[in-house]
Amino acid sequence: MRIALFITCFNDTLFPGTGRAVVEVLERLGHEVDFPVEQTCCGQMHGNSGYQPEATELARRFVRVFGDAERIVSPSGSCAAMVREQYPSLARLAGDEQLGRDVAALGERTFEFSELLTDELGVEDVGAVFPHRVTYHPTCHSLRLLNVGDKPLRLLRAVRDIDLVELPEAQECCGFGGTFAVKNADTSMAMLGDKLRHVRETLAEVVVAGDNSCLMHMGGALRRERAGVRTMHLAEVLASRGA
Amino acid sequence: MTVGFPTRAREELANAQLRRNMGKATATIRAKRARVVAELDDWEALRSAGAGIKARALATLPEQLERLEASVTAAGGVVHWARDAAEANAHVARIAHEHGVDEVVKVKSIATEETQLNEALAAEGITAHETDLAELIVQLSNDAPSHILVPAIHRNREEIRALFERTIAQGQQLTSDPPALTEAARRFLRERFLRARMGVSGANFGVAETGTICVVESEGNGRMCTTLPEVLVTVMGIEKVLPEHRDLEVMLQLLPRSSTAERMNPYTSLWTGVSADDGPREFHLVLLDNGRTDVLADEVGRQALRCIRCSACLNSCPVYSRTGGHAYESVYPGPIGAILTPQLRGLDEAPTLPWASSLCGACYEVCPVKIDIPSVLIHLRGRVTREVKSSRDPEAVSMAIVARAFATRRRYETAQRLARLGRGPIARLPLGPLAGWTATRDLPEVPAESFRQWWRRRGEAAAGGERSETERGEAAAGGEPSGTERGEAAAGDEPSGTER
Repeated sequence: MRIALFITCFNDTLFPGTGRAVVEVLERLGHEVDFPVEQTCCGQMHGNSGYQPEATELARRFVRVFGDAERIVSPSGSCAAMVREQYPSLARLAGDEQLGRDVAALGERTFEFSELLTDELGVEDVGAVFPHRVTYHPTCHSLRLLNVGDKPLRLLRAVRDIDLVELPEAQECCGFGGTFAVKNADTSMAMLGDKLRHVRETLAEVVVAGDNSCLMHMGGALRRERAGVRTMHLAEVLASRGA
Repeated sequence: MTVGFPTRAREELANAQLRRNMGKATATIRAKRARVVAELDDWEALRSAGAGIKARALATLPEQLERLEASVTAAGGVVHWARDAAEANAHVARIAHEHGVDEVVKVKSIATEETQLNEALAAEGITAHETDLAELIVQLSNDAPSHILVPAIHRNREEIRALFERTIAQGQQLTSDPPALTEAARRFLRERFLRARMGVSGANFGVAETGTICVVESEGNGRMCTTLPEVLVTVMGIEKVLPEHRDLEVMLQLLPRSSTAERMNPYTSLWTGVSADDGPREFHLVLLDNGRTDVLADEVGRQALRCIRCSACLNSCPVYSRTGGHAYESVYPGPIGAILTPQLRGLDEAPTLPWASSLCGACYEVCPVKIDIPSVLIHLRGRVTREVKSSRDPEAVSMAIVARAFATRRRYETAQRLARLGRGPIARLPLGPLAGWTATRDLPEVPAESFRQWWRRRGEAAAGGERSETERGEAAAGGEPSGTERGEAAAGDEPSGTER
């Protein structure tokens, strides 16, 4: 299967390892990855911060760049949700019916990484080996906008030698929320403090999630505290062969 | 004008007692709600029905309100219309004066908190006694409610015992056992119920078809207030109208499970006008607008008017459960308050509230009438940005620059390279170190090689230096405005080909 990678500007710039891991897993499974280099940003930050006209322009660009792709995968729950769940409301707000039709069609072909693997490619065991104690944080947008349910957990359970422990109060937000993390930094930190307390309770070495933005928030505080817990994107765990 | 959510939240978050009370109370009610909701196989269908009923009522609001007026009048009640809080309060005060009454007993009502009725009555020499236990606690301590349903959720038993010993149980030694505290309140309130000649209530629902008003409560104090006094005045927001009596079947299933996590509500009072031998001899219904028709004019924002004040969104909100209600500076706190307050009062009166959320979506998931709170928050952020903020606002300037950088591949790739040096549009993002991220969190280093650089390097290695098919195709189909591109390049950006 030919799959277009929607890397997201955030991963492209700050977490290229996640993109390389997605490519490695998909190629290992025998699929062809295409990377439309004209892609930039989906516009989520603008859209969620009140700059809808700017976000709509980026949505139009996304349609031009990914319009022909058969299947689109993103290693970000919230950026995939932007395309699938929020582009339609941008089109409505702009009164652009053509854009509305385009994004509706595109949304049906856009998947978050764990959805693509389990639903579209029908795999749970991707041949990964990861001999570490791991806990999984379900990010809000993957959980409540995309409804990925236990798909990421099914993929993790199939990883060899993994010691997967349940995160208490897992479904509660980590406090990132995009610009929320700086505009309401105090509240964001109060939420993060509780999330990390639960992470420590699991005695995990690694916190895994499907979105590097939430992981940057959690990881930034874990590093600052020298907590001895690292963060890792789901794709990187699935790409691992035992290191 | 308000202080603003970030500042008020910062103050509230520092209160360890509040954090413990709120964390415990919201976790308990959240778990109980989840249990009783899980008992119903048709919960999702009920939610859809609830949303549909309220949407229909709002879409035909003028017609439903006229039907309500006609049916209440036919049943012997009197209907008054109030454009704003002052008009509503004036109606209530006038009715009190007409009956020579200088004190009233009140059922817990957020509409009258909104209009600040108690203060308005006090100015007219009329004392209002709150009779809901938690409202009484709030009133006795000159405090403000912090929760729609549990106004004193921020207080614990010890604080309440001390308060009662100072006020209604002076000279007594109470214990902090809930029965002992309730008993003290009961003795104090019973006397007032028996003495009062006028009762004031809000309304959970008003049925247009029959003129029936419905008040839902848990303590029986509401039943006392609506049946014992000679005169009853109900202040009802116009969005509380239900078209048909049968609509109550859906609402009375949704509301108790969502709010108190009960299968059935303990005291549900329904009355239609006046009855010859029972209850009050006079009934007045004050229909309150106070900004609601403005909310109705906003196609996206109007769904906030579906709210049945269950407070499930508050209890499920990770922000509210830490900051408590006072940080919202409104009688409507939590996620619903964050979308209702700015719309009712005007965006410029509460411009920070649409940002008082991480957009986690927990509120939408539990809302019994399916108000898509995150979408309304995003919509209102847009309205604040366009209607209240200046285009010269530093954030607006940054956002415009970043949007421009993301508009073409070349500018985007230049911005990525500059970010590595801590400069350029990406470094200006509201998540950058200057915006306070690094006060508490480390920021990752920008890696030396972006994903796209790796991809190109890999493609070129495989194809022996040739540009890949895809890349050529994309570049040809890109169709960038070349004038702007040239301008960018001339402004000192190296062409992207040199990246290797």
